[in-house]
Amino acid sequence: MPFSTQELMIVAAAREIRDEEIVFVGMRLPITAYGVARLTHAPNAVGLFECGIARYVPAEGMLYTMADPPNQLGAAWTTGLIQIMGQLQRGRVDAGFIGGAEIDRLGNINTSYIGGFADPRVKLPGSGGAADIAAMAKRLIAIMNHERHRLVEKVDYVTSPGYLDGGTSRRDAGLSGGPAAVVTDRAILRPHGPDNELYLASVHPGHSIDEIREHTGWDLKLMPDIGETPPPTTRELAALHIIDKDGFWR
Amino acid sequence: MKDRLIPLGEAIAEHVRHGDSLVMGASLEPDIPFAATHEIIRQAKRDLDIVAPISDASSDMMIGAGCVAQITGAWCGNVSGGLGHNYRRAFEHGMPRSIKVNDHSNFSLGMALMAGAHGMPYAAMRSILGSDILRSNPAFRITENPFSAEAEPIVLVPPLIPDVAILSVQRADRYGNSHHWGNCGLMQEAALAAQRVILLADEIVDAAVIASDPGRVLFPGYLVTAVCHVPAACHPSPMTGCWRRDNAFFHDYHRQSRGREDFLAWLDEWVLGVPDHAAYRAKLGQQLDDLRIMGDAPSVAANYAAE
Repeated sequence: MPFSTQELMIVAAAREIRDEEIVFVGMRLPITAYGVARLTHAPNAVGLFECGIARYVPAEGMLYTMADPPNQLGAAWTTGLIQIMGQLQRGRVDAGFIGGAEIDRLGNINTSYIGGFADPRVKLPGSGGAADIAAMAKRLIAIMNHERHRLVEKVDYVTSPGYLDGGTSRRDAGLSGGPAAVVTDRAILRPHGPDNELYLASVHPGHSIDEIREHTGWDLKLMPDIGETPPPTTRELAALHIIDKDGFWR
Repeated sequence: MKDRLIPLGEAIAEHVRHGDSLVMGASLEPDIPFAATHEIIRQAKRDLDIVAPISDASSDMMIGAGCVAQITGAWCGNVSGGLGHNYRRAFEHGMPRSIKVNDHSNFSLGMALMAGAHGMPYAAMRSILGSDILRSNPAFRITENPFSAEAEPIVLVPPLIPDVAILSVQRADRYGNSHHWGNCGLMQEAALAAQRVILLADEIVDAAVIASDPGRVLFPGYLVTAVCHVPAACHPSPMTGCWRRDNAFFHDYHRQSRGREDFLAWLDEWVLGVPDHAAYRAKLGQQLDDLRIMGDAPSVAANYAAE
């Protein structure tokens, strides 16, 4: 069955969710990935939304934001932000999804300032809940467009901490967890080695290692067991088409 | 009980002062009190510190209108469109004036309002460790957890006591008691922390309706300074059981706020050239009617009988 790049990203993101996990879902692409995971390999996953919603069953109907009426109807819990985000700090949250304008070699993400905070060229909207999710979820999955100016050697500003300066620096800062995967429109990167540097782990069908390295702002190294991202299965695509009734991601 | 029902224009005139810190959009994406945003712009309030985890386009409008000196929040933009053009113009080019940003994450702002709400000297947390929010906002302190056997850095968050919290709810009585349902973000902390609370109710109901279900009350009427009856005050944001999100309106705003001149035209059309929210609703006409939630999915009543 044919599939779009975004559908492949959704399925790749869905595969990062394991059954019975508690997951910070976020919006847009990850919310669809959560739906696919629930309908395939993770029927007992729980989705959390920082505005104050917990859900078992994914919402039916188009969501522009996580607080739209379809996400309230049939929720497991509608409550406050602290009740939901406090679960991160309590250590209950297995995985969280975030996006970002810039990510660096060590998985640090910037959504605040391009050009440093004292005299920035561009003011981006800021953290929202991303800094909290990156700091306190057991595994962080970042979703990015794979462009050279987005995957950079070092971000100007760390909104959401990845492995900071590598080595033990994340642990020294008082954090556990960290980025587990970066799902892009060309590939999947994963942390590797003592610095937890992001390596090329999986190449999406139709893309090449050379092309991916060309679109990465650092000297991207290859994971020893590098492979090709398996295309969506019939079952995964069928689940995706149930969630994405209107074909938004097609 | 004190009758607190007054028109919105009066509530903003009396209870919002130049230089005040205002919580607006405490619920994150829904229930954003845009009707108050417009009234603040019409009354040309100045030097405000807008406190909001995310504010959607509400803060961007007030920034463009020159009402804002500071943003204390985690995210400022337009959820449908992405970046906030007025926010960027103000921060990058000082247009129409420069603004200061007090960077937070959603959770750190929640901790600050929680500390304010409960009179805590500060809140302690693990979040934003490792984040440059700790460098760009000097309000936080890193210290060692005094109760931990091993060295463990923690972040101390000072309490936030805003001057005013402006909050939208589905229904209230004229005494300020209200029901809210659906996610509530930081509404409860904001109401408990603020010096004054302005409540915008989609519907004014008999006091007996609110009293019939005290479990649906986020904060009681005695904490409320003024109640205003403003249907669809949240437009274009959604409100559970009442209004769907007007996503096209957010996109149109995003397009029309891209340039300063176009934004000023937008402001004239939708805010300054409209006398009040009733006229704004009339101007929206069918577009607003189409957003009204017509379905029926009521909760089962809870029995509070005493014997």
